[in-house]
Amino acid sequence: MSKKLGKVFVEAVTSLFKKPATSGYPFEKREIHKSYNGKIAFEQPKCIGCQICVKNCPAKALIVAKVQDKVFEMTISLAKCIFCGQCVVSCPKKALSTTSDFELAQSDKNKLTVKL
Amino acid sequence: MTAALINVLIFPGLLFLFVLSLIGEYYDRKLYARMQNRMGPPWFQPVADFIKLLSKELIIPANADARIFKVLPLVACISTIVAYLYIPLFSNNSLLPFNGDIIFVLYMLTLPTLSYALAGWYSRSPYSLVGTMRVLTQLFAYEVPLFMAVLAPAILASSWSFQEVISFYGNSWLWLVNIPAFAVAIVTLQGKLEKVPFDIPEAETEIVAGVFTEYTGPLYAYFRLAMNMQTIVGASLVAAVFFPFGFGTCVLLNFVIYLLKIAFIIFLLALMRTLFARLRIDQMLVFCWKYLAPVALLQITINIIIKAWF
Amino acid sequence: MTKRIVIPVGPQHPALKEPASFDVTLQGERVADILVKVGYNHRGIEKGCEGRPYLHCVYLLERVCGICSHSHSTCFIQAVEEVANVKIPERAAYIRSIFGELERIHSHLLWLGVAAHEIGFDTLLMYSWRDREVVMDLLALLAGNRVNYAVNVIGGVRKDITEEEKEQILKAVDILEERTKYYIQVATEEVSFIERLSKVGYISYEDALRLGAVGPTGRASGIKRDVRKDDPYAAYEEVEFNVITDDHCDVYGRAVVRVKELMEAYSIIRQLIKKLPQTALAVNVPKNIPAGEAVARYEAPRGEDIHYLKSNGTDKPDRVKLRAPTLANVQSVAKMLENGNFADVPIVIAAIDPCFSCTDRMIVASNDLLSAKENRMTWKQLREFSIDWYKKNKGVDFSKIKKLGK
Repeated sequence: MSKKLGKVFVEAVTSLFKKPATSGYPFEKREIHKSYNGKIAFEQPKCIGCQICVKNCPAKALIVAKVQDKVFEMTISLAKCIFCGQCVVSCPKKALSTTSDFELAQSDKNKLTVKL
Repeated sequence: MTAALINVLIFPGLLFLFVLSLIGEYYDRKLYARMQNRMGPPWFQPVADFIKLLSKELIIPANADARIFKVLPLVACISTIVAYLYIPLFSNNSLLPFNGDIIFVLYMLTLPTLSYALAGWYSRSPYSLVGTMRVLTQLFAYEVPLFMAVLAPAILASSWSFQEVISFYGNSWLWLVNIPAFAVAIVTLQGKLEKVPFDIPEAETEIVAGVFTEYTGPLYAYFRLAMNMQTIVGASLVAAVFFPFGFGTCVLLNFVIYLLKIAFIIFLLALMRTLFARLRIDQMLVFCWKYLAPVALLQITINIIIKAWF
Repeated sequence: MTKRIVIPVGPQHPALKEPASFDVTLQGERVADILVKVGYNHRGIEKGCEGRPYLHCVYLLERVCGICSHSHSTCFIQAVEEVANVKIPERAAYIRSIFGELERIHSHLLWLGVAAHEIGFDTLLMYSWRDREVVMDLLALLAGNRVNYAVNVIGGVRKDITEEEKEQILKAVDILEERTKYYIQVATEEVSFIERLSKVGYISYEDALRLGAVGPTGRASGIKRDVRKDDPYAAYEEVEFNVITDDHCDVYGRAVVRVKELMEAYSIIRQLIKKLPQTALAVNVPKNIPAGEAVARYEAPRGEDIHYLKSNGTDKPDRVKLRAPTLANVQSVAKMLENGNFADVPIVIAAIDPCFSCTDRMIVASNDLLSAKENRMTWKQLREFSIDWYKKNKGVDFSKIKKLGK
């Protein structure tokens, strides 16, 4: 193997004139794909209250409560959710779907339990 | 008297050196980041770091010797500032020129290194102890080539004072003869400043922070300030000895040329930081004595021959 | 006679990404002795698997490690499918292998950056992690997450690869292959890089075999073992690839093996994409797995990963045991560092690609402190026992620390 000194020299000097690979988040945001596993979205008309999603959730993050006859309300604990998408797969009526909303941090722990 | 006080405290003394060292740190870090295809810190980062460190809690380990522990960062800062006062920046004379001030500046620049070694020793923690051993071993490696390289142009000028060296080279192109010594001086300057590839005493991934492991808060702020000021002082020394032009009559032009010289030298130092991995201490000793010292000796021989010729 | 000092490298140290303790006894700059202690990352995952249905266990085991998450989940599912006597459709096997190879790529690029950082070469760290973003974005596009992909279900996979995504994969692999060729050049030609890694952490072929080194650590000493060739699983029987070995036997050899494995991974992915068959994605597996035992093996990026499963006919496993590759490799660290320099300790530890999150499982030792009848402790008894032990042996009193919760 031929040994050279400073092999990355060319790359280093040309990088001085290239656009940097990092960006100044949060002032410049990056494009992410639509298929990203972020917060899930709930369509209330489709839910039949079968509780399969609640049973299958590995982190026990979902609570489905009955508000009226055939109308159900879902509460999710964003602290417990592991964003695996199991609930989306198990729902027989396809009432759940993933969105790419990932900026979910809060300073107050109570705000992490949200109604969907 | 007031003129001297202003010179020492504000320009080109304490305040000017402080501001220039912060700008120098920003410039160095931004270059380093851009060469790695990153964004780099904003312009106020060095100031923010300094102020943040000053506001942190000061913790002195129970085993450490408290008095010497607190005094050493100040020793490092003060010796660097004193060295700066004796280097000519934009006129033939520095503040108080005397015969032999090149050697005096070199000696003053050794004091910060000794204060790092003592800081590690008096911290009494295993990481600092290893750091101290490494600082002193590294001192043996780069000190002799650095002295020989910086003194080679002085040998050609037959004098040990900045004033006479600068007026000897005058406006001729004779300083191009010293290019090999310039290369050696840049490499050993990197060793003195303890930056990659010679940042063995402060190797972050091996001995946490080496000699500075137990230093927190304001004391660490002064050590970092001393390191930044050492960069500027070392670069000014190399600029004054190896680029002895641009000391004409117009002071503003001299100032701009001085800044350009410093910028070029810091660019070379940042380039060295980017291109190489860190050496081990035994590899560094071999490298310095096998390659750097002979080149410096060669330069001195060439200078003696040229002096005898003309 | 130089005095000996003991320097603790870890559990918290900038050189280690995860906690483990290496007490190094130094004489000058030479390493005289080294004491390896692991166990700081024990989270009780094997116990956690016993109370959860298989569906939840898959997600739990994915989170054993962030970098080799797909390896653990696939290995476990292979064990379950062996007990349940289920054959997965071909398309599912291909998709699992594609994700496995993509994971290998991202893990090896991460390792390259970390190794460069340990020797102070931050430039290579920044470059290789910038290129790793290509793979991470691709995985986010295919699976929805950058780590913990959640594509496996018992009986197959649950996410498909469309034609458009195939194009994206091939484009990304082209970009990465060019960059990897550049890194191979840097690794074999840059003087300071070679000088720091050569002749460091030397372990001979016989010693590596005796101490049980697996994965790239063993392959760099000439041991030609790779689970993908010796015991093929998923779709690895259908593709052709080389098992990379090297005979440098030191850290430099391990770097070369990993970088060359990257090139093999690109070729494997191209073959898999070309041959991707059109079948169903998953078969239905009943919730209750019949009673039985199985052992499954998988070639994780770090080496051979073994999972053992014992089921008892219900929908929860009876016993799950993992043996991660780092547990096999960490035994050789002490041998590698014999008479080495202290400056080499971080890079030698980093060269086995340690993942202590994978490693820390429970080992049952003989307990002569409790009587034979009572070999179980409640939480309260365990707490009192440990407070007592620390008071007696280390002189530290923890009894004032408040308990959280109830």
